[in-house]
Amino acid sequence: MAAVQGGLVDAVEEKTIKSEPVADATANNSANDARAPSSSPGSGVSPGVNKPAAGAAEDQQTLLAVLQFLRKNNLSESVEILRREAGLPEDSLDQKGGDSTGTGLGGPEADGRTDAGSLLSRVTVSSSAPSKAVAEDQPDVNVVLSAYSQQGDPALYEVYYSGLKKFIETVLDCHRAELSQVFYPLFVHMYLELVYNNHENKAKAFFEKFSGDQECYYQDDLRVLCSLTKKEHMRGNETLLDFRTSKFVLRISRDSYQLLKRHLQERQNNQIWNIIQEHLYIDIFDGMPRSKGQIDAMSGSLAGEAKREANKAKVYYGLLKEPEIELPLDDEDEEAENEEGKPKKKKPKKDNMGSKSKKQDPNAPSQTRIPLPELKDSDKLDKIMNMKEATKRIRLGPDNLPSICFYSFLNAYQGLTAVDLTDDSSLIAGGFADSTVRVWSVTPKKLRKVKSAADLNMIDKESDDVLERIMDEKTASESKILYGHSGPVYGISFSPDRNYLLSSSEDGTIRLWSLQTFTCLVGYKGHNYPVWDTQFSPHGYYFVSGGHDRVARLWATDHYQPLRMFSGHLADITCTRFHPNSNYVVTGSSDRTIRLWDVLNGNCVRIFTGHKGPIHALAFSPNGKFLASGATDGRVLLWDIGHGLMVGELKGHTDTIYSLRFSRDSEILASGSMDNTVRLWDATKAFDLETDDFTAATGHIHLQDNSQELLLGSYMTKSTPVIHLHFTRRNLLLAAGGYNP
Amino acid sequence: MAEERRQKQCSVTLPTESMKAIAESIGVGQLQEESCTALSEEVSYRIKEIAQDALKFMHHGKRRKLTTSDIDNALKLKNVEPLYGFQSQEFIPFRFASGGGRELHFYEEKEVDLSDIINTPLPRVPLDVSLKAHWLSIDGTQPSIPENPPPVPKEQQKVESTEPLKVVKPGQEEDGSIQAKGKDKGLIRLKPRSTHELSVEQQLYYKEITEACVGSCEAKRAEALQSIATDPGLYQMLPRFSTFISEGVRVNVVQNNLALLIYLMRMVKALMDNPTLYLEKYLHELIPAVVTCIVSKQLCLRPDVDNHWALRDFAARLMAQSCKTFSTTTNNIQSRITKTFTKSWLDDKTQWTTRYGCIAGLAELGPDVIKTLILPRLTVEGARIKAVMEGPVISNIDKIGADHVQSLLLKHCASVIAKLRPQPDVVDQYRTDYGYLGPMLCSHVMKARTQAALQAQQVNRTTLTITQPRPTLTVSQSGLSGSTGPRTPSIIKVPSSLALMSQRPGTPSQPSPPATKYIVMATSSGAASTQQVITLSSSQSASPVTTSVHSATSALQPLVKLDSGGSTGLTASRPLQKYIVVSLPPSASSSLEPKSTVIPTPIPSASLDGGLKLERSDSPGVRTQSPH
Repeated sequence: MAAVQGGLVDAVEEKTIKSEPVADATANNSANDARAPSSSPGSGVSPGVNKPAAGAAEDQQTLLAVLQFLRKNNLSESVEILRREAGLPEDSLDQKGGDSTGTGLGGPEADGRTDAGSLLSRVTVSSSAPSKAVAEDQPDVNVVLSAYSQQGDPALYEVYYSGLKKFIETVLDCHRAELSQVFYPLFVHMYLELVYNNHENKAKAFFEKFSGDQECYYQDDLRVLCSLTKKEHMRGNETLLDFRTSKFVLRISRDSYQLLKRHLQERQNNQIWNIIQEHLYIDIFDGMPRSKGQIDAMSGSLAGEAKREANKAKVYYGLLKEPEIELPLDDEDEEAENEEGKPKKKKPKKDNMGSKSKKQDPNAPSQTRIPLPELKDSDKLDKIMNMKEATKRIRLGPDNLPSICFYSFLNAYQGLTAVDLTDDSSLIAGGFADSTVRVWSVTPKKLRKVKSAADLNMIDKESDDVLERIMDEKTASESKILYGHSGPVYGISFSPDRNYLLSSSEDGTIRLWSLQTFTCLVGYKGHNYPVWDTQFSPHGYYFVSGGHDRVARLWATDHYQPLRMFSGHLADITCTRFHPNSNYVVTGSSDRTIRLWDVLNGNCVRIFTGHKGPIHALAFSPNGKFLASGATDGRVLLWDIGHGLMVGELKGHTDTIYSLRFSRDSEILASGSMDNTVRLWDATKAFDLETDDFTAATGHIHLQDNSQELLLGSYMTKSTPVIHLHFTRRNLLLAAGGYNP
Repeated sequence: MAEERRQKQCSVTLPTESMKAIAESIGVGQLQEESCTALSEEVSYRIKEIAQDALKFMHHGKRRKLTTSDIDNALKLKNVEPLYGFQSQEFIPFRFASGGGRELHFYEEKEVDLSDIINTPLPRVPLDVSLKAHWLSIDGTQPSIPENPPPVPKEQQKVESTEPLKVVKPGQEEDGSIQAKGKDKGLIRLKPRSTHELSVEQQLYYKEITEACVGSCEAKRAEALQSIATDPGLYQMLPRFSTFISEGVRVNVVQNNLALLIYLMRMVKALMDNPTLYLEKYLHELIPAVVTCIVSKQLCLRPDVDNHWALRDFAARLMAQSCKTFSTTTNNIQSRITKTFTKSWLDDKTQWTTRYGCIAGLAELGPDVIKTLILPRLTVEGARIKAVMEGPVISNIDKIGADHVQSLLLKHCASVIAKLRPQPDVVDQYRTDYGYLGPMLCSHVMKARTQAALQAQQVNRTTLTITQPRPTLTVSQSGLSGSTGPRTPSIIKVPSSLALMSQRPGTPSQPSPPATKYIVMATSSGAASTQQVITLSSSQSASPVTTSVHSATSALQPLVKLDSGGSTGLTASRPLQKYIVVSLPPSASSSLEPKSTVIPTPIPSASLDGGLKLERSDSPGVRTQSPH
């Protein structure tokens, strides 16, 4: 477990310790929500959780549990900070301490239903049941599972379930779709109860009988579920544990809910009622019930839909103000002197020159919300180049499609696992299954190393071309290989200034490589499990990583420990991306949700559900307003970050989407997939919609099925999966993948 | 149904017998039934768990196939030591065995003789990873270059030729051939698009190719043929090629121009080798041409000296190949061809040349045809040959003809007879059965038998093959400068065409392995004042150089870059590769719009043509083609 107090950057003096110590095993969303108000008082960001009165007690309880844990692990400094911040009296911990020790980490896991007392009693009651036999070294697991222990006659489960099924099938059409949502979570929980109480055959029969009724997009989970037939199996299965710990969220209209409640109470169907009360979170809204299509669009994730209030927090999705650099007209030599850069940003703005407004975007975060590195002279030069290129940029549109240049990796023997290109498209890097990272120059400029220290001493440091002189001409070559990882390299990212390269690997480390010396500079350890993805912030310095341990980490290149840990996903984090303004990080996961995290305080500010498979590609639009995501189900979903809504669905791919990219002016969205195609979509049209207040308030979306209209082109490769896409500064589309004969 | 199957797959557990077998294999004798059940359930669960984790690694490895390393990684995730020794092979062949009511799948591990391993020459070192760029799309249209899939898949060509008036629904064609400019979407085209207009580039290409094919330079011809055999974008030009060949044969048969006939047959061969073409539509032109080259009375000016026999053999093989590929119950090609051959063979007045052609044509159709049609005629044919050979000398030409027919018959019949007749080969019996040819047949049959025996021996000898990572279908690239390694990474050729090459009947004259050539073409992109042109120059390895070209200055970009000299010392066995980058003047581009329905006037191409001609001495068969 990463120690927390060391990970703070001086600059970010918010003292927010979001690192969830038990994140690996049991982190869940509610724990985040619960602590959010107390942990970020200074940030001015309300997490938007309007807890009822009971919430205060709950928060308190959670806090105590955390304090208890910290103290137990001798993290006294953290205890002190947290206590001070939460405004707890010094003795509060000791006073309650006695209770909490017994439950260990019970607080956050059990979802803090009531106060500690009742929690404890529940635990003790349940442990008199068979769960006593379960090993004592995993108390948290026991707490979770024990909720299953005191249940009724297993023989009646089928009767209950089919009774409910019959009822839902007979209700009015308008309610049926909504109530049908209950089936899946109910089915899972009932099955698990049966398994937990050792009714193996009953469980199997139950599964056989009803698993066919479930929506097809739950198939993968059902497969996991059906292999699990014994109580012992449940212990190691983290995915299922998370399914227990986090309540499955359903959104149901008040009318439908009343209908269901009345039915269950009439029938005295306590079994099902109990499950609904304990394991489901029903988000009730007033108004018309939603249609089947609306529900299907949003469901599919491991833990149901996102709660409405989870997406209410304000997100500053605007871009940071462009540093003012005078753009010299034509002569290249003078540019260096002319610029008067305000040392702030490098290149958040990919907008066209004309629209470069001097006034601050109302939705933008303040420039200093996140401390960002100062611009160096070379960065300014690069910005100028960028602007010059931007003037030559081709305007894309449905009638003016980009040309696509495809980089095939030959002889990769199926080993190409990750690709990245620098922003100026001068370098391309590939990560391979044989643990190597290779960097190619795609311009005539060859890759050269810096000379050795002894040789560097001989150089005249005053000379004008010192930067040229330090390079060793003898080492010039078109590609360089970086050795260091001990497992397949799954994520790769260039720093914006092209001096560094990040790679994340199966061996659990992230490595920072210098592109001056072509050596490894740092190995960031902390994940311990495979790290699936990593990416540099658009402003450099920070980077984010996520992996099998389900925690995304925010790092700074000069700290060997993470600055923030974002926990809440219920399964592997498969991809991570930075928002163009560097204030937010988005992560996609195998639990089929996308989460947007605030870098400042570590809060989860958006949860997007709707994908039916693990998410493998994410892309922000250059203006920061929208997000596109692609998953194994071959669909691209489009999200409005400000409103927290799904705004589009692009169907067409037949296999996993591994790459998404917006053109520099956001007119075109390109997607690349395992099905060997690159597809181009009309992004302007896709986002050209008005979000009315009603939709924004209720979160009810109406998607039109217009994928065919939005599809502008589809280009098949010859047996080469497309795993990376990149728009050059002039809007030429570059694609890359490994040829797979 | 599917639902049920899925359920079954999910709840499968390992049989308890497996548990017993595994227990026995590690020395645990008596395993109780309950323990077996418990074990099998536990093991099944764990295996499924590992498989699920392994799947994650597959997805992140961007693959469709689960590999052994994925399983290893999944085991590592669970803190279990991975299995060692299962790396290299991509595919593990499990074998099935049953007996005594037990069914078993097992992995066959052969015993390997170490000396065999030591004595085998080392396998080739796998090629290093390399990067290569090509255009996937230019201004929204996909150029038909070898790196891209064929613009019109073979199936669609077939559909179009068999059901020409089928209504094409919008969206049905979506894959592969989106010309999508947005607006012409949703239109229902009642006829498949008319196919016979060629763009300027295609016309140029056609001209170059046909000239090279019948020209005097053999190297150029080889390249042109190679292009015909591999290029995916020839569909549009197929009718022209077909007419070219059939007209060419018609004219040259009259003029007895043997060389040209050979060239034309090689073109037919190349067309048939191209995996992306659907030739059925043009058989009515091609087959008569081929048959003419088999049975024509005279194919050359000096029948006594010229080797027109080789042409007949080659054409006969072509005929057999097309029978094999195209013969169906509806067109009945094979039976019609057989009838034609037989009829003219049976005719007494048939000349020896035609006779030879008929027999060759029939013999190539396979042992069954030889058995039913040729063997019964051996006696008659023998008598006829005898009459010429031993009778009074009428003409030298007849004698040569009879001689060739004789050796042809011996060659084809011997192997068939060797299979049909029982072992002891008695000369006298042969004489009674086959007449004049009997004794010679007998010796040939005996020779065939010993050869077969030799071959069988060789097959029986166990051979050890060390698996190479992959059959390397690679052609090394010659022009790479600055490469440090001994072999530079390179381009991958179309596997199917390679396979075809190995089966191809030998061409009458020395076929040197043709050089591959890749042509990358860039048109000006966009109507903006600037263009983006990626130049693929071989001297920079395969890295495209993004350059900006102001249209004002780019009236004619330079553009033809040939491979950087590395090919000079190359022999024919070392294929070489060329990049030719052609950039069209922007003024021409408007008339080159893919959708233009008129045949573009050749005027815009004139300047281009000149530019290309300059290069022709170096690069035969320069091919330009519109991205359409």
